[in-house]
Amino acid sequence: MNRTEPGARNARELLKAERRNRWYLFGSGLPALLLVLLTFVLPIGWLFWLSLFDANGQLTVENYTRLLEPIYVLTFVQTFKISIIVTVACVLIGYPYAYFMIKGPRWLANLAMGLLLVSLWTSLLVRTYAWLIILQRRGMANDLLMSLGLTDVPLSLVHNLTGTVVGMVHIMLPFMILPLFASMKSIDPIYNQAAAAFGASPSRAFRDVFLPLSLPGLAAGATLVFVITLGFYVTPALLGGGKVQMISMRIESDVSMYANWGAASSLGVVLLVATLLMLFIVKKSAGLGRRSE
Amino acid sequence: MSRFRQTLTEVVRASWLYVLVLMTMLFLVLPTLIVIPMSLSDARYLSFPPKSFSIEPFFSYFASLEWRTATKVSLITATLTMLLATTLGTAAAYSLHVTQSRFSGVLRGLMMAPMIVPTIFIAIGLFFVYARFDLNNTIPGLVLAHTLLALPYVVINVSAGLRSYDMTQEQAACILGASRLRAFFDVTLPQIRFSVIAAAMFAFAISLDEAVISLFISGGDSSTLTKRMFSSLRSEIDPLIAVVATLMTLLSIIMLCISIMAQRKAKRNAV
Repeated sequence: MNRTEPGARNARELLKAERRNRWYLFGSGLPALLLVLLTFVLPIGWLFWLSLFDANGQLTVENYTRLLEPIYVLTFVQTFKISIIVTVACVLIGYPYAYFMIKGPRWLANLAMGLLLVSLWTSLLVRTYAWLIILQRRGMANDLLMSLGLTDVPLSLVHNLTGTVVGMVHIMLPFMILPLFASMKSIDPIYNQAAAAFGASPSRAFRDVFLPLSLPGLAAGATLVFVITLGFYVTPALLGGGKVQMISMRIESDVSMYANWGAASSLGVVLLVATLLMLFIVKKSAGLGRRSE
Repeated sequence: MSRFRQTLTEVVRASWLYVLVLMTMLFLVLPTLIVIPMSLSDARYLSFPPKSFSIEPFFSYFASLEWRTATKVSLITATLTMLLATTLGTAAAYSLHVTQSRFSGVLRGLMMAPMIVPTIFIAIGLFFVYARFDLNNTIPGLVLAHTLLALPYVVINVSAGLRSYDMTQEQAACILGASRLRAFFDVTLPQIRFSVIAAAMFAFAISLDEAVISLFISGGDSSTLTKRMFSSLRSEIDPLIAVVATLMTLLSIIMLCISIMAQRKAKRNAV
């Protein structure tokens, strides 16, 4: 005879069902986890490990101290310089664009969004290739500049810093505009109306009300642009024409030309740490800003 | 009078905004636009606008074994990546949506991480690890790597779909005797299908467009289109690149349209 109370049996059944459920949910996340472990955690971890050894397998910090040599320092400086220029340009171009998508006439705002998405979805290599054509010596850009009388001789606009920055700004703009647009969209127009009702001019209302409220979106977009540009490879490699050296390109040449895994790994580690530090700082300062309000 | 002046400054300011935005629109779309006329030019030199038009380059593209092979590799990889990433990503998004354990926090963090870790770093790491598993220069190797990059986008899209879906429907199905799996496939999945379709488009596009990892881990007969394009752009530009670029652009625009329609439908279903 079964002596357990019906209640207890129910509880046990429920617990069993609960446990089964939990396994079930764990199981549905498991394949993705395994994939990430194999193709992400293992390679990155292995590189970390490699960066601690020299060519003879001896434990060393040599791979990191080498990064203080002038050639590496120059690469770091150039990488940060390009990231800063690209970020500033994206902020200056992206802010009015996102603002227009909120406040402009409906059909034009939709067109603006549509063109942004077309640009974002067009293959990165296709866009880089197109810039090679547009910016070349006898390309459209030089034709335009010359017909406007801005220059008499064709300028070299590509295979240098200029080309790299133009291409990178083009590729990064959606990453600036989309977060900015999302944050501007969540600003209630009632704030602007209230400012106007209290006698603020539209420009004053913009400066004192709209702009501060859109800052979190601006920070999010700018961080994204900066961080992605720091580690970008394809566009600088093609539009820089070897004259622009970024960290990503040095990692590539360390591996494919010198097969120096220790050097490449330590560079990658430093790049990763710089990226994480950047994200951490922005997150911290954004958090502080919110608390002080 | 001051009122008039104020309106005038507003108009001037607004027209500045218009000029700036129209110029930015042109800047954004110009590279996509010039690709198609470029591919129809029969000039051996890359000039724009082209001097004469012909469809000759398209024939040479289809005649070139190298480009045809690369196209096949890229399309197969993108299709398999789409299937794998959408399946794994949807399952993971579902798991993240239902549970809030420590495990799900770790899973979410790990799946999102490839978005911010420089791809070149992942690429050399994979190249190193794949050498030990004989996965370099193989399509399965490419598919696994591209799935890693596509996962965050799938999870974001499907999670958005799940947020606007009422989970009690699935519970109702379970109470009525459906197994959890059956409830998911018969009740939940049909209702989030448009988010899943949009996610699949993202995964396909990301795989087709991926260049950095493919550069390292693909080669020979398993070279992707992007690898061939990159090598060609770096050395001597093959005029056929314009054809490849046109075909890729048309394909991305089709996928963009599908994903926009799917997202619209997903939103409408949510209301």
